[in-house]
Amino acid sequence: MKRSGIIKATLGVLLALGLAGVWQLQKKIDAQRQALQEERDELVLRSPKLIKRMSLEYAPLVGAMYWTRAVQYYGEKHRLQQKNLELLWPLLDITTTLDPNLIVAYRFGSTFLSDAPPRGAGDPDHAVELLRRGVIANPDYWRLYQDMGNVYYFDKKDYARAAEAFAEGAKNPQAAIWMKVMAAKIAAEGESLETSYFLWRDIYQTAQEPQIKKNAELHLRLVKVDLDLRELNRLADEYERRTGRRATKMSQLVQAGLLPHLPGDLDGYPYVLGEGGKAELNLNSPMLEEKLMNK
Amino acid sequence: MATPAIEIEHLSKEYPYGFLNLKKKISLEDLSMRVDTGEVFGFLGPNGAGKSTTIKLLMRLIFPDRGTARILGKSIDDVSMHQETGYLPEQPYFYDYLTAAELLDYFARFHGLTATDRKTRVQNMLKKVGLETAKKIQLRKYSKGMLQRVGLAQAILHDPQVVILDEPMSGLDPLGRREVRDIILELKKDGRTVLFSTHILSDAEMLCDRVGVIVGGKLRGVGTPGEMVGIQTQGMEVLFEVAEGKNLPLLAKATRTGERYRVQMPEEELYGAIEQLRAAGARILSVAQIKPTLEEFFMNLVEADRAQANAVEVSGK
Amino acid sequence: MKNVRTVAANTFREAVRDRVLYNLVFFALLMMGAAILVGQISIGIEESVIVSLGLTAISVIGLFIAVFIGVGLVSKEMDKRTLYALLAKPVERWEFLLGKFCGLVMTLTVNTAAMAVGLYLALWAVKHTLEKSDGWILVAVYLILLKLALIVALALLFSCFTTPFLAILFTAGIYVAGVFAGDLRTVQAVDLSPATMNLLKGVSYLLPNFEDFNVMGAVAHGRAVPGALVGQATLYAVVYGAVVLAAASAIFSRRNLK
Repeated sequence: MKRSGIIKATLGVLLALGLAGVWQLQKKIDAQRQALQEERDELVLRSPKLIKRMSLEYAPLVGAMYWTRAVQYYGEKHRLQQKNLELLWPLLDITTTLDPNLIVAYRFGSTFLSDAPPRGAGDPDHAVELLRRGVIANPDYWRLYQDMGNVYYFDKKDYARAAEAFAEGAKNPQAAIWMKVMAAKIAAEGESLETSYFLWRDIYQTAQEPQIKKNAELHLRLVKVDLDLRELNRLADEYERRTGRRATKMSQLVQAGLLPHLPGDLDGYPYVLGEGGKAELNLNSPMLEEKLMNK
Repeated sequence: MATPAIEIEHLSKEYPYGFLNLKKKISLEDLSMRVDTGEVFGFLGPNGAGKSTTIKLLMRLIFPDRGTARILGKSIDDVSMHQETGYLPEQPYFYDYLTAAELLDYFARFHGLTATDRKTRVQNMLKKVGLETAKKIQLRKYSKGMLQRVGLAQAILHDPQVVILDEPMSGLDPLGRREVRDIILELKKDGRTVLFSTHILSDAEMLCDRVGVIVGGKLRGVGTPGEMVGIQTQGMEVLFEVAEGKNLPLLAKATRTGERYRVQMPEEELYGAIEQLRAAGARILSVAQIKPTLEEFFMNLVEADRAQANAVEVSGK
Repeated sequence: MKNVRTVAANTFREAVRDRVLYNLVFFALLMMGAAILVGQISIGIEESVIVSLGLTAISVIGLFIAVFIGVGLVSKEMDKRTLYALLAKPVERWEFLLGKFCGLVMTLTVNTAAMAVGLYLALWAVKHTLEKSDGWILVAVYLILLKLALIVALALLFSCFTTPFLAILFTAGIYVAGVFAGDLRTVQAVDLSPATMNLLKGVSYLLPNFEDFNVMGAVAHGRAVPGALVGQATLYAVVYGAVVLAAASAIFSRRNLK
């Protein structure tokens, strides 16, 4: 009995030590693989048709797996701050071929394929291709037209096509009324901050996918900054018209009664008047980096 | 006195069964016994009595809930105990992709025998169990009786001091049984200790120095085959012929088969009966002890167990 | 150790006589077909198609052998009661277990090596030459073999305490979980609490990380595999395998046979 007790204790210790060793080793291996990662980024099989055939009757399941891979791929790239998202399109291409009714894949794809780096792949053409496929497979889902309109509007700056997409979506009786309004508005005036603000706000309010929501929030904040700066510049012009000289500090606008207090961005950093008396973001504002990247 | 070949102390084994193994069936209850060196010991009992359980416990194929055992003075926890022990499992089955010679060679390797030693031993052993002509055939083509012989061969291959055989005669034809009996007697002659289990009386009576009777997981008695049966011996049986119409009070108790009468009585009435028969001019054919077979012995024990179990159940309710 | 070797040799012999190595015929046909067809269906990537197809086949065939035969190593012997006579020899139960493990790993080594040769032949048939960078295929094959050995150990462990059917399920399950263990660590889930994330992280470290042994992607394009990665993966397999086998021995040593 005593002997087996000792054996048991030794085994227990060895087990714990072994698992601890495995734990440490895994961290080292992870680091190694991280280095290999950038090179290793690849899809062995790129032909959606072949994969569809190989997945037999389980295409939707395999589609779900590729969908997960796409999301993880994006998340991982985002986490590592790597900019090339070249696999995003093939992954989504395969996903939607395997499961053409996976709406979220189209919505996710349109957002992150078309959006400019570092947020997206900067590939609006594939986003449009994906969405065209999406509306054929899911004709009743009007929001895919909204997404298509957004891609044309924001990323391709093709306002005629954007208006067309919104108008097409508006034909669906379930579509939100504003779709028709947007179609007319964009057709008439092209890009405007108000339109951008509205479009992003709608995505922000209705999107269920957290990554899409977060992305919309970021854009919303950027448009808000643009709206704020436009208003501040208008006030600065007003100051110049009244006093005959350009204001150099935001406080001058407050003293002149044009502003109730020093204006700040959403994070509370006060806007400043920069070179030539133009309103700008505070140098300390975290929004500044985003804004510069968005240019 | 020399170390006993096998010593068993308070060995107990329960088998869990049923949903989540919550119920327990007692398979062996507090078994203590010893087998002396050079002895042929028969382990007797009906099927399911606990014979195999005991043997598997000794071979560490299963583990006891309580109790210990020693073979040649070594605890059965000690693997080196197997160096001097041979074991034939019940209804043995071996790697069917091997030939008999390969199998024996494989087993011999664990006993640390040299290559030449292994070769001669395997040859001799195959001859001994009568498998010489079949040694190059894969075991998957062997009959049950042939497998039994292979099993016996592997059990005694390394010339062990203690040989434990679980139902060695089962599955064999009369000739095969005879050969196994010869092998056991030969082992005894060489001073080896043999413990074997069986549910067949004649095998035990013919071979064993002592037998242990086990029923329902309990050891019911140990002794020579004669003792085990003798305890139960009571009464005499007389077989006789007598002419029709004689006045013979004995006839009232007798049963008739053809010309013959058979009557049973306690031993003390025998001489009175013989007097009566002589007076009536009867012809006595035989006088014999009434000797219950071990089968009957088992049956009585089993029935006693059942009666007891029923009684417990009734009183339990 | 002599006992271990004896059991291992017999296990290998069993695999050979039970025609386990016949799978090589299937592999050979697959590689031949691929070598003939690849030039016609894809342009410019024949080499990487051959390599990734070959390595995938080596891995998948090996997996089937490791799981199914691995689970059967002990359970079949218990089922058929071939184990009884053996354990009544002076053999420790852990020696038996380790011998069985080594025997199957030996079988897998032979099998995998033969398949690697087949892969090189197919590659040569397509390219009519072999380059230095093709040597990395051997590294990939070696890592696959490590993975298979680890799976055999796991299959042994499970078959020590449950039915063969469940053991196969568990082994296959832990394999799939192990492949995704790395993803579990870097999962981007916004709606999980930090506690859950930490738990996932912990689990992901304790699961066998089978992705560690996968360099197919790099090798298919003739890229180098860092030596440190090979070394660490080897150490990982050894330590993890030892832990699993120790646990299996502990369980099996107390196991009552039927």
